[in-house]
Amino acid sequence: MPRKPERPIEPLLWMLFSGGGMASAMLMPALVFLLALAFPLGWIAPPSYEHLRAVLLHPLARLVFFGVCMLSLFHWAHRFKYTLYDGLQVKHLNEMINLFCYGGAVVGSLVVAYVLYRL
Amino acid sequence: MSQPIYHEHHPRWLRQPMSTYWWAGKWAYTKFILREISSVFVAWFVVYLVMAVRAVAAGEAAWTAFVAWSGGPVLLAMNVVAFFFIVFHSLTWFAVAPQAIVAHVGKKRVPAVLIAVGHYAAWVAVSAAIYWLLVLA
Repeated sequence: MPRKPERPIEPLLWMLFSGGGMASAMLMPALVFLLALAFPLGWIAPPSYEHLRAVLLHPLARLVFFGVCMLSLFHWAHRFKYTLYDGLQVKHLNEMINLFCYGGAVVGSLVVAYVLYRL
Repeated sequence: MSQPIYHEHHPRWLRQPMSTYWWAGKWAYTKFILREISSVFVAWFVVYLVMAVRAVAAGEAAWTAFVAWSGGPVLLAMNVVAFFFIVFHSLTWFAVAPQAIVAHVGKKRVPAVLIAVGHYAAWVAVSAAIYWLLVLA
């Protein structure tokens, strides 16, 4: 008889981690290069405010933005948890770390949804 | 170090305690830890991008102020470091993708090189699309 997994939520968390890893790897370098470096440094002229607002008001753009942010937060939660586990070997703080990481991802996702909703 | 304790019928393992800095000596281990730490910068850029969206929501003055704030030396220096970590994340992520994805066409397994090249090509396409959407359109 197959053994029942001890934590049935583990595959879901791993999928969120994996999805977030892929989404952030694909989209973040370009987004961040433009917004955090190229625009402030004047390498590339920033888009007009109206254009940026129009792009963000498109439902598809907001959906993609939410997806990328939510998945990326869960990616962080999963990876950072194991960084603390393996890197610092603080396994005894297990429950607190889980709460901080996954709780942070859930709260963060809600904040992202709220900001996009208010746009 | 205390000696391991043995009880009859209940042997205890001898486990050498690992240094907290076990990852510092060897490049392969350091790379692993750097890859894990890249997730912190992924989370930071979620925060940063949401702040950008909030600035756009708040009006043109707030958006201009956000761009000016991003040009400040402290934030800029931090974002340069963070940008290198995010690119490191992308490169390492796509590098292991062929090991994680087992795809078949018919009965033949898609070669690892093709899966890796596919990911890099998609990365270029997505980046170009973002550039087009924000700058050219």
